[in-house]
Amino acid sequence: MPVFWLALIVLALAAIGYVTGRARALSSGGGNIRNLHSLPAYYGWHVALMVLVPAFAIMVVWLLVQPVMVNGSVSGGLPEGAVAEDTTLDLVMSDVRRVAEGLDAAVASGGMTPEEAQSSTIDLDGLRDRLGAVGVALGSEVSPEILNAAQSYRGLTATGRFWMTLVVLLAAIGGFVFAMRRTRADFRARNVVESGIRALLLGAASIAILTTIGIVLSLVFNTIEFFRLYPAADFFFGLTWSPSFGGGSELGILPLLWGTFYISLIALAVAVPIGLFAAIYLSEYAGPKVRAVAKPLLEVLAGIPTIVYGLFALLTVGPLLLGIFGDEGLGWMQAGTAVMTAGVVMGIMLIPFVSSLSDDIINAVPQAMRDGSYGLGATRSETIRQVVLPAALPGIVGAILLAASRAIGETMIVVLGAGAAARLSLNPFDAMTTVTAKIVSQLTGDADFASPEALVAFALGMTLFIVTLGLNVLALYIVRKYREQYE
Amino acid sequence: MTDAANTPAPSDMTPAKGSLHVLDARTKKRNAAEARFRIYGLSAVVIGLVFLVVLLTTILSNGVGAFQQTFISAQVYLDPAKLDKKGERDIEDIKKVSTFGYTPLIQQALFDKVQELGVETPLDSAKDMKALISASAAAIVRDEVIANPDLIGQTVEFRLLAASRVDGYLKGRVTREAVARDKNIDAEHLDLVDALREAGVIAKGFNLSFITGADASESRPEQAGLGVSMLGSFFMMLVVLALSLPIGVAASIYLEEFAPKNRLTDIIEVNISNLAAVPSIVFGILGLAVFIQFMHLPQSAPLVGGLVLTLMTLPTIIISTRASLKAVPPSIRDAALGVGASKMQSVFHHVLPLAMPGILTGTIIGLAQALGETAPLLLIGMVGYIATNYPDGLAGGFVDPNSAMPAQIYEWAKRADPAYYERAWGGIIILLVFLMTMNIIAILLRRRFERRW
Repeated sequence: MPVFWLALIVLALAAIGYVTGRARALSSGGGNIRNLHSLPAYYGWHVALMVLVPAFAIMVVWLLVQPVMVNGSVSGGLPEGAVAEDTTLDLVMSDVRRVAEGLDAAVASGGMTPEEAQSSTIDLDGLRDRLGAVGVALGSEVSPEILNAAQSYRGLTATGRFWMTLVVLLAAIGGFVFAMRRTRADFRARNVVESGIRALLLGAASIAILTTIGIVLSLVFNTIEFFRLYPAADFFFGLTWSPSFGGGSELGILPLLWGTFYISLIALAVAVPIGLFAAIYLSEYAGPKVRAVAKPLLEVLAGIPTIVYGLFALLTVGPLLLGIFGDEGLGWMQAGTAVMTAGVVMGIMLIPFVSSLSDDIINAVPQAMRDGSYGLGATRSETIRQVVLPAALPGIVGAILLAASRAIGETMIVVLGAGAAARLSLNPFDAMTTVTAKIVSQLTGDADFASPEALVAFALGMTLFIVTLGLNVLALYIVRKYREQYE
Repeated sequence: MTDAANTPAPSDMTPAKGSLHVLDARTKKRNAAEARFRIYGLSAVVIGLVFLVVLLTTILSNGVGAFQQTFISAQVYLDPAKLDKKGERDIEDIKKVSTFGYTPLIQQALFDKVQELGVETPLDSAKDMKALISASAAAIVRDEVIANPDLIGQTVEFRLLAASRVDGYLKGRVTREAVARDKNIDAEHLDLVDALREAGVIAKGFNLSFITGADASESRPEQAGLGVSMLGSFFMMLVVLALSLPIGVAASIYLEEFAPKNRLTDIIEVNISNLAAVPSIVFGILGLAVFIQFMHLPQSAPLVGGLVLTLMTLPTIIISTRASLKAVPPSIRDAALGVGASKMQSVFHHVLPLAMPGILTGTIIGLAQALGETAPLLLIGMVGYIATNYPDGLAGGFVDPNSAMPAQIYEWAKRADPAYYERAWGGIIILLVFLMTMNIIAILLRRRFERRW
């Protein structure tokens, strides 16, 4: 039974449960609401929740676990020779899944009877074309081992689905019966429902933790796997980055870190002065009308997707810089994609980030401090430079650190604007590349996930995660500490 | 004794030079510094706004062209001898004729038109017309014939796509100097295009298929459209909305209204604020490792994209929802509790409805962010996939491989043909229109329902 229908049945049962639970409570109270402990709706909700929560919880867990289990058992059952020298278990298993998918599609479209799809006498030669005809194109002819594995994959999946349907329905019915039996006039339905809902709310709040755990685990496991294949010292201290999927790659992170750092530095050099001065002007000088127009307009820059900035860097800023600094101009630049291109565009993106954070922080400086300074005869700019900015400095540093962490984690602008060559150079008009850009290039395409060239992306991601997390924690710490001073 | 004894002798005092009405040099310097500082601030704001204007005008000036396309109108004689050799009008027989059977007919039709108009051109065979017509034209004619076999034997007027070089020439993207190095088209072709344009055979028109159509292969930029990836984005946004709104609201209610002050709550709070600042590419890695490698969900599916974007937008939604829950004054809760409501009832019956406009505003802004996000989608395989088929049905929309608007734009930006750059800018216009609409709705919602307590 498809999951969709199963879910619908459970939902229908819950709806019935709501109505009957409510009716049962009312009738046990003699039709008088005042005899009940809780409002009638709570009795209904009680039954409905008892049907829904266990059934859906089982269903979700089952759906998550089953593919992993089936995969494990099928790949364990593959005969020795099935994984040839030049492939890996992952690739073979993806073939198996594809064949199984094709058999499913063939059965669904009527091109094959269910019995034929599971029989061992199925004609191997025509199978590829038959599966191709139902929209599942295979890279090669199906070998008997793969067909066997695919059939056992289908068998296990079908059995798993059957048991899941059964267990989920039993859980739903069990919950229904259990809840109905409890439903009496003096049953404290509201308390039960409320503590149930509270548990659900807590569950929702914990998803944030689960996400973090997921991120950390997926990074850590793959990173460990990578360091098993590639020495950690070479990764952290290597000066060359030249991956080749044929083997013999050199995967040193230093050129990437240098590119990331250089581009972020240029971005901050653009964003910090402009953003900071804009924030000072908007909070200290501008009238309410100017502020009401200019502030949201500047923040539009922050709402524009990064792909737009990437395209802007690639197609507009790059050629423009090339015209000035390229061979026809000063001769410093070879191609439009360069550190400068990406850095300048990223700086534009970060302006509103710096300006609105600094704006908030400058506004939080108490007016009394300004008034004191004016009273001593200082001009506005002197007040800003000598009183407001020093008071706001920790917050501004925090804002700059947050902007830096943004710059380091930014992907699309560098993928499109910075070039692909990893090199250690001081010339800002050279093409360089960053950690994020290399994560993208190592993980897109049909890379084999077991090779160090693909796994290195996880180690890069780990580095990126730790660096940005460190910057964020530091920034939040500084900002929070500063806030405590005035509140 | 008088005070006079305490005042210093007049001989020690430096007498004030000039009056307060005359500025001395130091005051002038200070005032100049003041003016300079102010100008720095103003110019920073102006520079920021100039960047915005430059960005928007670049997008508009480069992208508007994508909404116009060059079409050729031609009377194609659907020759029965070529298209239906047996003459039985059997649909299976007609289907057997591939697009290669149609191409000569179309070329002939255009050539006849050229002859009829009496244009002087050194191009003297029907085959030379190939450079003018899009490779997709034959497929369009074939589809029309298969849908309507009775047309065979008639002369039918078609409005066919011109080749991308011709389109570029009409839009000024392809210049005559560039054509000299181009092996797809010659200067003679451009002369012919000029003549045909005067005769009204070749004309620019509104390009609906850019908005509704599917992506095309690298050699046919004139045919590529954003429609399929728009659907991909739509299904992703459905997933994001269906998951992140309930989960986000539930999490915020717990943290804001029920959470006891303990270790776990602290961890959750720190977690959420840190997750909000994790680079989006890291969420892509998470999606790849957990959803695709571990759970074996289909690659390139909007379902997976939606899940990844949900995890990414959840912190944003939680933060804004908590802010709007916090904005509801405690007196509302106290009043509800005072008339005998339970804590849960006070929250769900009173606080939540009052906070709803703020929650919806935050959700829309979170969705807008998710809609424009590209980097995580690259890792779960939504790039490189040529979205040429519309998903079939509702379930297919979620699990069939598809692209998404920003991923499609990225894909176009990577292709070498400048005609695709125009498509990419045009795609950005559409994307920004969506984002703008969402943000305007959020602003209107806030204006309409905002309450000051």
